[in-house]
Amino acid sequence: MAFNYDQYIRGGKLPHIWCPGCTYGIVFKSLLRVVDTLKLNRDDIALVSGIGCASRLPGYVDFNTLHTTHGRALGFATGIKMAKPDKHVLVVSGDGDATAIGGNHFIHACRRNIDITVLVFNNFIYGMTGGQYSPTTPSGHLATTMPYGNIDPSFNIPELAKGAGASFVARGTAYHAAGLDKLIIEAFQHKGLSVVEIINACPTTHGRRNKFKSPTDMLLWMKDTFLPAVAFDKLPPEKTAGKLPMGVLYKKEGLPEYCETYYGMVERLKKQREGRA
Amino acid sequence: MGKIKLLQGNEACAEGAVYAGCTFFGGYPITPSTEVAEFMARRLPQIGGAFLQMEDEIAAMAAVIGGSLAGCKALTATSGPGFSLKQENMGFAMLTEIPCVIVNVMRGGPSTGVPTGPGQSDIMQCKWGTHGDHPVICLTPAYVPEIFSETVRAFNLSEKYRTPVIIAFDEIVGHMRERIEIPDPGELPIINRTKPTCPPSEYLPYDDSKGDVPPMANFFEGYRYHVTGLNHGTDGFPVNASPRIHTDELRLIRKVEGNKADIVKYVETQLDDAEVAIFAYGVSGRSAKTAVEAARKEGIKAGLFRPLTIWPFPEEQVAAIASRVKAIVVPELSLGQIIFEVDRCARGRCKVEGIYRVDGDPINPAQILAKVKEVM
Repeated sequence: MAFNYDQYIRGGKLPHIWCPGCTYGIVFKSLLRVVDTLKLNRDDIALVSGIGCASRLPGYVDFNTLHTTHGRALGFATGIKMAKPDKHVLVVSGDGDATAIGGNHFIHACRRNIDITVLVFNNFIYGMTGGQYSPTTPSGHLATTMPYGNIDPSFNIPELAKGAGASFVARGTAYHAAGLDKLIIEAFQHKGLSVVEIINACPTTHGRRNKFKSPTDMLLWMKDTFLPAVAFDKLPPEKTAGKLPMGVLYKKEGLPEYCETYYGMVERLKKQREGRA
Repeated sequence: MGKIKLLQGNEACAEGAVYAGCTFFGGYPITPSTEVAEFMARRLPQIGGAFLQMEDEIAAMAAVIGGSLAGCKALTATSGPGFSLKQENMGFAMLTEIPCVIVNVMRGGPSTGVPTGPGQSDIMQCKWGTHGDHPVICLTPAYVPEIFSETVRAFNLSEKYRTPVIIAFDEIVGHMRERIEIPDPGELPIINRTKPTCPPSEYLPYDDSKGDVPPMANFFEGYRYHVTGLNHGTDGFPVNASPRIHTDELRLIRKVEGNKADIVKYVETQLDDAEVAIFAYGVSGRSAKTAVEAARKEGIKAGLFRPLTIWPFPEEQVAAIASRVKAIVVPELSLGQIIFEVDRCARGRCKVEGIYRVDGDPINPAQILAKVKEVM
């Protein structure tokens, strides 16, 4: 039987704002399947976003949803999680939102290892504002604010997350949609800050300026570029040129989770007081 | 009778917050407000509350809004540059109607300015700091016990009107130690946000049909709804159409301006027969009180109007004073900000003269007395 997405979508809130050919819908559906698979109580989920195309996702789903300011979703989400540590807090963000204007919040959320799942929709461009280069736009690519080709080096989001202290780092793509469910499930189940970078396509403001004739070409690029990490790691260096690993790229269990540590301290203080009384 | 303590203004602010039921603090170190954070870092873990030192001022403001949305009474404290950084998210809380309290211990500016000296030059930023039209409640206590009680009032107003409330006092009052009698629990009224009573399926987070302040559901309580910084409809979802945006923004302003009788609070000293009035708040209000006493000893009929609520501005009160005095003197630690409001309300009915100082020292009573004599 076909999966019933409607049960999680707010009545009357579709169609979404995403352009034809945009791959965000693929991720959106994956997320809903994951919530269903994990049998999460939707009253217990806070879905938080910043600004950008990906950040409009929370408006469509029937959870506690919060669409905040540009780059700041993780600040809001950290507040929610600290106030209610037993609830599920999920952040959806874009490459610009998470790693440019929100870069500081991103690395510090990773460092704290607070139990929040962050899905970074990386479409390599500022889509909502019409195609300006972002911290992940590949060098040489054309953008409205790099009309002669991007001169900026780009971020590798999983490496950034890992370096900053995230205890679960994964990468999926909109092309490898079935695998995406598994990655998001694992990220959700992981205790600590989990980051899933999801490679997406923006045909409207990125692809058509950069020799991708159609949205399909962008999906095929994903197919050709991203290899399972296990396979990628076995390749000799000369064969990894132009390829990138996907799947779970880094995972460390048992690291202290921020809220557990904080409320552990609260409990300790309580016991000390009771001991004195 | 409550416990008697010797407290710093910043500590009294934190004590007042805890008394009001604050269980969440998000902050970032900055002089001269840091003691508020330090106090909360000690106290909140003791009472099971959440303390967060965030990576920057912006994240601290964001965390506070998140904490409030998840059901906590939430506080942040900052000064000058940090207050500037918080402005965007403060506007978010104003538009989305999420209660929280922001303390601004004012120092000299602009830029890094005089971190360790007092200032009152953020007072217009308190009103207009974030972009767009927006409602603002800002309280200006001048004494340590008053910082405590006004902090409690700030939380009450914030919860009652579903809006951020700013407490602005200067470095001198923030760092000064004074005797304070901490009220017993129950002595001061505590207001909590009104929650919806309707079934979740009928809940409209911005329904204004029964009043200007819609009931607020916290996250995770079964009322799943959408919060966005975009202009929105009664259901919380983005609206990009006339006339909804206009009418809703008017309602936000009306929540505050329409309830001035409840929100505006002030202290009058010897104003009844005054020929010259002094309008002053914070540390300048303290100097002004001494100046009034000195003037009276010399037979000069001076009086003081000291606002505890600076925003919304006590327009009617200032207008009434202006119609019966020769002049209003406005001492402030800026190069002239709040004087424009006083002048606007006086409407030419009396002289309005300022005393300005921005060198890191307070305006002393002698300066004020000299000005009072000058305008007589």
